[in-house]
Amino acid sequence: MTTVVFILFSLMVLGGGLMVVTASNIVHAAGALILSLFGVACLYVLLNAGFLAAVQVLVYIGAIAILIIFTVMLIRREGEDRLSFNSMWSGVLVIAVLAFVGLILILNQVWPLGMEGGAPDMNLDPTVQLGRMLLDPAGYVLPFEVASILLLSAMIGAIVIAREKRKE
Amino acid sequence: MVPLSWYLVVAAALFCIGLFGVLARRNAIAILMSIELMLNAVNINLVAFWRYQSPNQPIGMAFAVFVFVVAAAEVAVGLALIISIYRRRKHIIVEDMDLLKW
Repeated sequence: MTTVVFILFSLMVLGGGLMVVTASNIVHAAGALILSLFGVACLYVLLNAGFLAAVQVLVYIGAIAILIIFTVMLIRREGEDRLSFNSMWSGVLVIAVLAFVGLILILNQVWPLGMEGGAPDMNLDPTVQLGRMLLDPAGYVLPFEVASILLLSAMIGAIVIAREKRKE
Repeated sequence: MVPLSWYLVVAAALFCIGLFGVLARRNAIAILMSIELMLNAVNINLVAFWRYQSPNQPIGMAFAVFVFVVAAAEVAVGLALIISIYRRRKHIIVEDMDLLKW
């Protein structure tokens, strides 16, 4: 049962991803991106990471994908996306396929495909543990605060970069 | 329960799809979306390793949260750059952005 659900969600993720990189209409690509991100959120649920699945839907789909669609709508023009790939795309395709084959070969050395068993049992609620770890002074509270500074500076930077220069 | 390697295969495939998109697309927004796909592949790996290798020590989840933060910051700045470039040049085709090329 879990296997069927996993394969379904994986097809959703990979199919959405393929549509993102191949769709010639950029709006269709953004819709496929939402599909793919939602599939990733479903994979998180299968991995018992319910909190991350919620954050994935909120941040990726609710913020990032919507921001991308806003930008697409702001700057879309007709006839601009008729050629979606550059001149090197066939070579790049070979590189990507080779990278995938290489990754699978390395993976097969370390974890022989499909041979190992299931996941170990969890004793504690992962969300509670994650919260404790993120705010523990001996844990990740310093990276947590640095991340907030990063977000603030990115916000200021985005405003400064995208602001229209006033002409005197 | 699905074995760990299945998640790793899906993540590897998603990463390579994103790699192809980053290197082959002409539209800057499509490149940003492909980068999102690659970051998501990394996140699947992190969460899968957390679940299968050390489920009582959520370090992988903590890293995934930081990847979320960095992805959000990256998209905000990237889209601001794209809008700024569009204002100046009236297109967002990356091949034609040759301001810093010689």
